[in-house]
Amino acid sequence: MPQDINTQPETDELVQAAEPHAAHLPQNRGVETQADLSAEINALGDAYVRALKDGAPAETQPRLDYPPYRSSILRHPTKSLHHTDPETIELYSPAFGHQDVHALESDLTIQHNGEPQGERIIVAGKVLDGNGRPVAGQLVEIWQANASGRYIHKRDQHPAPIDPNFTGIGRCITGPDGSYRFTTIKPGAYPWKNHLNAWRPAHIHFSLFGTEFTQRIITQMYFPGDQLFPLDPIYQTIVDQDARDRLVANYDHTLTEPEWALGYNWDIVLTGPKRTWTENEALGAEGDEE
Amino acid sequence: MSNPTTQLVPTPGQTVGPFYGYALPFEKDNELLAPGSPGSIRLQGTVYDGAGETVPDAILEIWQPDSEGNVVQKTGSLVRDGYTFTGWGRGSVGYSGVFTFTTVNPGPTKPGAAPFISVALFARGLTNRLFTRIYLPDNEEALANDPLLSSLEPERRQTLIARRDADGGLTFDIRLQGEGETVFLDFQ
Repeated sequence: MPQDINTQPETDELVQAAEPHAAHLPQNRGVETQADLSAEINALGDAYVRALKDGAPAETQPRLDYPPYRSSILRHPTKSLHHTDPETIELYSPAFGHQDVHALESDLTIQHNGEPQGERIIVAGKVLDGNGRPVAGQLVEIWQANASGRYIHKRDQHPAPIDPNFTGIGRCITGPDGSYRFTTIKPGAYPWKNHLNAWRPAHIHFSLFGTEFTQRIITQMYFPGDQLFPLDPIYQTIVDQDARDRLVANYDHTLTEPEWALGYNWDIVLTGPKRTWTENEALGAEGDEE
Repeated sequence: MSNPTTQLVPTPGQTVGPFYGYALPFEKDNELLAPGSPGSIRLQGTVYDGAGETVPDAILEIWQPDSEGNVVQKTGSLVRDGYTFTGWGRGSVGYSGVFTFTTVNPGPTKPGAAPFISVALFARGLTNRLFTRIYLPDNEEALANDPLLSSLEPERRQTLIARRDADGGLTFDIRLQGEGETVFLDFQ
């Protein structure tokens, strides 16, 4: 349900109150350009490729310390994450069910009286754990901009139209085979304030739970062939090309419905699990680490 | 059944971004039980960045056993009935960077274990979620024997232990970077 629209803090990442129409003109002198940012992004990317060739391990997750994403500079831990074996509570996940989520919440195009503007799409796939096992009966949440690249959020002042028939929030519970499926509208790219002329590639935010809390993840799904990928400091927080590719959905004509909607397939793989099979079977049993 | 040797590479995380505020919060998201109910406590804290400024756009989840130390596996977190303790909650920080939850003191999940609350933290500018633990401060012997805490330097160890407030609540501040940086966990 939409709420808290008016309570979010102002952030530097948002397009500030824009003069209508003049909003696209540069308002800050001396602001960093895309060329500046691309040089940083490319330097980090090149250094990573060289390190890989020299035998460094592939990085499969985003870097917490990634200066081209300016908001990360003061918000990343400087000490290494401390390795520990998960214990008890961390080896279980909160339980969600159909009591929590109504079946209609997976269709983002029917939440208002009229049809939203834009290209109707189906996004479907499976949530799997690291062993390839389906994550069944778990919560998936999504949120996204509308077709014009505008979020229903007071602080998003990108001068693109709000769609009164589109909020951009969906939820579902995965099926026994780990499957999820949303009907929505293809989101537009949106501008932000990381640097001058910064644009996010079109994306859908995904929030996922596994069978253990250690598998909790929030990420973003992108669309194939987006020309903004090399320019986007958030997408590029993942320096490994194969890893970045894992966030890009596949166009899937078998999901496409005639005269209705284009289909995209995107499977999500969670980490782990760490809990042993026996523990899976005996809830509450205390377990050995793998 | 699945082949246990299958190993898939996990999907990368991405930042929660600035606009989760209309999507992730829900009614009573930070009330694991109704405020004022018997045994309820307030858990509160502030999230700080590397400059010591409060972070106004972070969102946390807590996941914990009940007061007896049992892991709860009940649905109903998103549509709370006011009676069922599910063990999970979600709380956004406000303008001042402060989060609050109404919950219970978790019990030890086995005799002598140090009770703790598991935390997942998300924020704009944070490229991937961070995990940490909020330990209860009360049982010093249990804290001394805790495998994680005893693997840490004393000053780092202290970042994982909540303060007990005069009203019985807990305060746990999170420092993303710099002096007093909270210990964040890697389970892989």
